[in-house]
Amino acid sequence: MRLIEFWLNNRLEFLDAILRHLALVVAAVGVAAAVGVPLGVLAHRRPRLGGPIIGIANVVQTIPSLAMFGFLIPIPLIGGIGARAALIVLFLYALLPIMRTTVSGLKSIEPPVREAGVAMGMTGWQLLKLVELPLARPSIIAGLRVATVVGVGTATIAAAIGAGGLGEYIFRGVASVDSTVILAGAIPAAVMALLADFTLGWMERRASVRRSGDHGILFRRLAIVAVAGLILLTGLLLWPDRDEGRIVIGSKNFTEQVILGELLAQLIERETSLSVERRLNLGDTLVCETAMRAGDLDLYVEYTGTALTAIFKQAVILDSEEVNRRVSSSYASTGRTMLEPLGFNNTYVILIRREDARRLKISTISHLTKFAPKMVAGFGAAFLDREDGYQGLINAYGLRFAEPPRAMDLSLTYRALAEKQVDVIAGDATNGLIAKLDLVALEDDRRYFPPYMAVPVIRTETLNRQPELRRVISILSGAIDDSQMQRMNYEADVERKEPREIVSSFLARHPELNRERHLN
Amino acid sequence: MSEGPAIEFENVSYRHPGGPRVLVDFCCAIARGETLALVGRSGTGKTTILRLINRLLLPDAGRVIVEGRSTLDWDPIRLRRHIGYVMQEVGLFPHMSIGRNVAVVPQLEDWSTDRIRARTDEVLNLVGLDPETYRDRFPHELSGGQRQRVGVARALAVDPPILLMDEPFGALDPLTRAEMHREFHRIQSQVQKTIVCVTHDMGEAVALGTRLGVLAQGRLAALAAPAEIADSKDPEVQVFLDALPHLVNTGRS
Repeated sequence: MRLIEFWLNNRLEFLDAILRHLALVVAAVGVAAAVGVPLGVLAHRRPRLGGPIIGIANVVQTIPSLAMFGFLIPIPLIGGIGARAALIVLFLYALLPIMRTTVSGLKSIEPPVREAGVAMGMTGWQLLKLVELPLARPSIIAGLRVATVVGVGTATIAAAIGAGGLGEYIFRGVASVDSTVILAGAIPAAVMALLADFTLGWMERRASVRRSGDHGILFRRLAIVAVAGLILLTGLLLWPDRDEGRIVIGSKNFTEQVILGELLAQLIERETSLSVERRLNLGDTLVCETAMRAGDLDLYVEYTGTALTAIFKQAVILDSEEVNRRVSSSYASTGRTMLEPLGFNNTYVILIRREDARRLKISTISHLTKFAPKMVAGFGAAFLDREDGYQGLINAYGLRFAEPPRAMDLSLTYRALAEKQVDVIAGDATNGLIAKLDLVALEDDRRYFPPYMAVPVIRTETLNRQPELRRVISILSGAIDDSQMQRMNYEADVERKEPREIVSSFLARHPELNRERHLN
Repeated sequence: MSEGPAIEFENVSYRHPGGPRVLVDFCCAIARGETLALVGRSGTGKTTILRLINRLLLPDAGRVIVEGRSTLDWDPIRLRRHIGYVMQEVGLFPHMSIGRNVAVVPQLEDWSTDRIRARTDEVLNLVGLDPETYRDRFPHELSGGQRQRVGVARALAVDPPILLMDEPFGALDPLTRAEMHREFHRIQSQVQKTIVCVTHDMGEAVALGTRLGVLAQGRLAALAAPAEIADSKDPEVQVFLDALPHLVNTGRS
């Protein structure tokens, strides 16, 4: 089976993803328990305070997780990308079930039992420790159980902000339309959730057997070990990555970006002694941009047209040189340095199925206008929003579709087109799926789409600290043309090769990129 | 300590927050070593009186004096550990063994393990439960009567001079209750506590008390030895006596 093969071939990475996933969930739920149980006790003892606390937690719970991750990216200290922000989100989601079950566990204690404790001269703390918490324990464990199972699921989404874990496979698989890779992440995540459910369910049943006997000491020791482990785990996840000799390389969440990120990473690893941290498959442009501004990301590859319109909100310009100049100076004034273009132009292309192209004899976007009123379009959310996207396109060509375009994840549009759920999509010129799914790129005969030259963008501060990076990255200057990029994308999306492998063989194929040659 | 009453109510008034007045100018002195049985209908403030003694409640007016000191001047924790409390619902801790239930207050008082162990066995024996058999059982494994015995044992664990009992045998069947009454006298003859016991059952009050108080409209309608209670002209006392004539005549041996 391909799936098992995939796991075996990537076993170290796979193991790392599982451990990271587990660590994220355990740390987040652990901290949530450490905060949520006391808050639950407070809410129970002071209902006037407790109502609002639970209310706030309730509202937090209703925020979709992806939106929450998005919110957090630009927030300093707690936000950004990576494990820290993921921990915050997972923590917030875990808080409510734990608080709720703590309150309901405490409420379920029969009044005479509590009253007996008070009448015997227990202080509030003694009552809590000896009577209330032990009796509420099964209920609290039930809350931990819900929080953990939900956490395992939510943690897969944390991969969108570079926290790693099993979600990374899911996102990568969705991006390259590869169900094996999706399953490689989804199956272990599901198994993890089931195991957590089973284990905590068992603990819950054990705790509700009315018995505490004298294993108090053992329990206390276990608790100390657990707390120590938790602090260690959280510390490891939160340890600031701002190590002088480290560079964080990011990428957006589609195949080409992951390959380019990997390419930069391998090159820097080969040419310098810096340790490279890969935060690939992060999310869309906005995620990378905010992460970079927040200092969480040092380097990634952007496209000039995207930077001009989506990041710097300037009007579309068609002249490639002019675009480069403007983008470069905009980056320079915001603490980044745009380096030399890699060579290829990944502009938007309007794609249709080859069979439609043949049957209707369409080869340009102008031809499409005639048939568009009977066609359905599906576009990525970014394309619908941006200035050089949908609105400009229909204005420039006078396009009209059968219905308003469907907004979907960019990486899903290809599959939607191939499966005839939509008839027109906007894709990337270098996408390997174009060949795989037998799609045709229509000519932009009115030259609507601006240039999208791929350019490495690096934080100027990082560049000043590690000036050698300029030389290293410039090795790639003009080194990749459209067809080479398409080929690498094809290897990933169609031949199912790993980015690591693709990049190594690309470097091997191009000896001119070797250091010796370059230095000469 | 001086030879004053163990507990004294001085013109105590109490009203449930937002609810009815339960005690009005209530006065009563309880002597050391006596068993005062208080009878009254539901809502006449029987439980309130007990809760005022161990400062689960504070009076709106007047003073409750325990061993010469107003409950306001007592540290509530010290006061409560000084007073055993037996409740109708018993309120045993369901997650603790019988032994640990009995040992709670000694443990709070930081007794040594050996001393706790010895005392636990001693009070279990006192209430007629074999420690070997019952020490490691859990409350849900016991019958109602056995649980009530544990409740008494727990209240006696640190040997407090005062014992409060709130309908202690109310939930038991008549035979078990009669047995518990006999046990009560046996135990009291050994421990000699000051006991305040409230009940709505005149028969039980007569069976347990060395003195009887009848509560009505927030005051004591009568306070006398069981044999003399029938002399009271108070209508409320008559109501109680009328309800249980045969017990008054035949209930005591």
